[in-house]
Amino acid sequence: MMETIVFSTLNGVLYGLLLFMLASGLTLIFSMMGVLNFAHASFYMLGAYVAFTLGSVTGFWVALILAPLVVGLFGAVVERFGLRHVHKNGHVAELLFTFGIAYLIEEIVKLIWGKNPLPYTPPPILQQPLFTLWGTHYPAFRIFMMVVAIAMFVALWALLKRTRVGLIVQASLSNPHMVGHLGHNVPLVFMGVFAVGCAMAGLAGVIGGALLVTDPAMALTLGPIVFVVVVVGGMGSLGGAFVASILIGLIQTFAVAVDASLSDLLARFGILVSNRSDLGRITLAQVAPMLPFLILVLVLIFRPRGLMGARES
Amino acid sequence: MSKLTRRQVVGSGLAAAALTSLPASAQAGPVRIAYIDPLSGFMAPVGDGGLKQFEFECERINAAGGVAGGRKLEVVGLDNKLNPQESIVQLEKAIDQGIRYVAQGNGSSVASALVDAIEKHNARNPRQAVMYLNYAAVDPMFTNDKCSFWHFRFDADSDMKMSALTDYIKGLPDLKRIYIIGQDYSFGKAVADAAVKMLGTKRPDIQIVGNELHPLARVRDFSPYITKMRAAGAQAVITGNWGNDMQLLIKASSDAGFNVPYFTYYGGGLGAVAGMGKSAVGLVRQITEWHANIPDIGMDDIVRSFKAKHRELDYYYYRVKVMFDMLSKAMNDTKSVEPRDVALALEGMEIKIETGMASMRKDNHQLIQPLYISTLSENVKFDVDNTGLGFKTDIRIDGPATSMASTCQMRRPGA
Repeated sequence: MMETIVFSTLNGVLYGLLLFMLASGLTLIFSMMGVLNFAHASFYMLGAYVAFTLGSVTGFWVALILAPLVVGLFGAVVERFGLRHVHKNGHVAELLFTFGIAYLIEEIVKLIWGKNPLPYTPPPILQQPLFTLWGTHYPAFRIFMMVVAIAMFVALWALLKRTRVGLIVQASLSNPHMVGHLGHNVPLVFMGVFAVGCAMAGLAGVIGGALLVTDPAMALTLGPIVFVVVVVGGMGSLGGAFVASILIGLIQTFAVAVDASLSDLLARFGILVSNRSDLGRITLAQVAPMLPFLILVLVLIFRPRGLMGARES
Repeated sequence: MSKLTRRQVVGSGLAAAALTSLPASAQAGPVRIAYIDPLSGFMAPVGDGGLKQFEFECERINAAGGVAGGRKLEVVGLDNKLNPQESIVQLEKAIDQGIRYVAQGNGSSVASALVDAIEKHNARNPRQAVMYLNYAAVDPMFTNDKCSFWHFRFDADSDMKMSALTDYIKGLPDLKRIYIIGQDYSFGKAVADAAVKMLGTKRPDIQIVGNELHPLARVRDFSPYITKMRAAGAQAVITGNWGNDMQLLIKASSDAGFNVPYFTYYGGGLGAVAGMGKSAVGLVRQITEWHANIPDIGMDDIVRSFKAKHRELDYYYYRVKVMFDMLSKAMNDTKSVEPRDVALALEGMEIKIETGMASMRKDNHQLIQPLYISTLSENVKFDVDNTGLGFKTDIRIDGPATSMASTCQMRRPGA
């Protein structure tokens, strides 16, 4: 029992942190630019592919630094030559643009790297078990991932709240003209923010690709859940995204770990469903992937601004 | 108009004449087979890999002189997005183009929709009957209660494979606690049911310590499931998982140091070994009709020439080769490419294949062929996914030993 709780907590936090690494870049871009970047998970995928290709030449550690930079650079190009021109046509145009970019990236990835999964694995030193509890190894790579995610959170938070750069970035959002008159290059600020957001997705990809699987469907599988995190946490709130990621990670993991059926759960609330019926036989584990979306719906109904969101809309 | 030379006018007249006589010339054209499988979306790599192999076998038959007196075969890829409704649309498209042979394999839910649609079409249009070549949808239902005269299956069904696996497990007395995990749809359920039933009769002392279904192609990290398996004290795992679900399951297992044997259907499927890596060596066992490292059966050149053509893929669907061999024999023997004649010729057909004998059961249209249980190993002649790892035979099961009772009551046309 203790064993299940400890490992489910670890696994839940780990999955939550991976979600956060993805969601933080999306949140950053959204809160600073008001752009909901549909292609965010595609930048995550690019991070993994670039890291695989670079890593085969330079090794994992250099790729860990370089791949996010490459992805960030690509993001900057997309902003400078695409998004910036689309911006004046409003949010729908922006949404459609990023949607198109997502599709393009997927096709380009398939063209360059093929449709099959890549044999992308963490470096041997991180593959060793860091500790063993009740006979289960916990690989060093998983802990490494947690450290990177937390470092990213702290760095980003400090950058935005504690530095002059953060001040200018935040001011550019609410008063772009004023900031412009003060002599700052506002379009450059936006490009920088978009690039950093994409680079963060890229970093998540470098790690997520090695942890899970690097294949052309990886953007598709993580894309929807990242939006859930951002909405549940509150649009534009970094802290909210952090809390929501961990929450969703834990809920999904524990739903799998708990060996209970839906009828057990409903019985708690006084609703009796026969455990012979189709509904009653469904286990909590089977509905686990549905739970984040259930939470999304509930949050949108009862607290549209999300857990820690600043804005009403 | 004035610019047209006389030659051009005559030429276009000839072209028009050729167009009007198209039905006659189409008869001598290639015999087309519609390949209806996912060519886009999440399972596109699997569907695309299959198509490449279909084209490869098709070229082989054509190079050897074609079928029914020199006619060529041609494969037409149609994307069904792994979706039953879309498959029906593609089937209708194929029929509109005059295609009379349909092949499909990925997803028993798709197969089920196609069996129904083809039955209906053939009942209404007996003169344009369509034949269904199933190369991988292994739900036992299609050769039992839902059997059809027009459906032929060239892969062993999931019960036949489970029977062979449980026979093997029967000989492992130390194994006492088994965990079953599978994808939450008809195939995953069929595997789990068969495992529970067969272990119950062959090894009643084995305890099934977990029987779990997870959502198809939705789980990213299987660690929570591994935690559960370990907590349940599982000594071995049975799974029918395929695609990403297979790789991620084994990957999570090896990350956690949960090194128990896995009894699988698709351990050697596209990308699975690449995802699993070295940690799966010696632990992942699969049941298949063939693998590349069966020595000296005359397949090596074929495997090599396929690899030379498709660097990313491996020769995987041996049963597709058997299928093309039987199909072309049926067409050659009857000198007909009419599905009804071909179907009647296929029924009960017996041919010699590289692994032994293959025969098409007359009563339910299930192919009987030898099966192999093999284990992932190092130092192999042919590797999988360019990993340096490949499969080695544990045991070979003779075709007749895999045969099972069928509840099929087939309605034959004109009977």
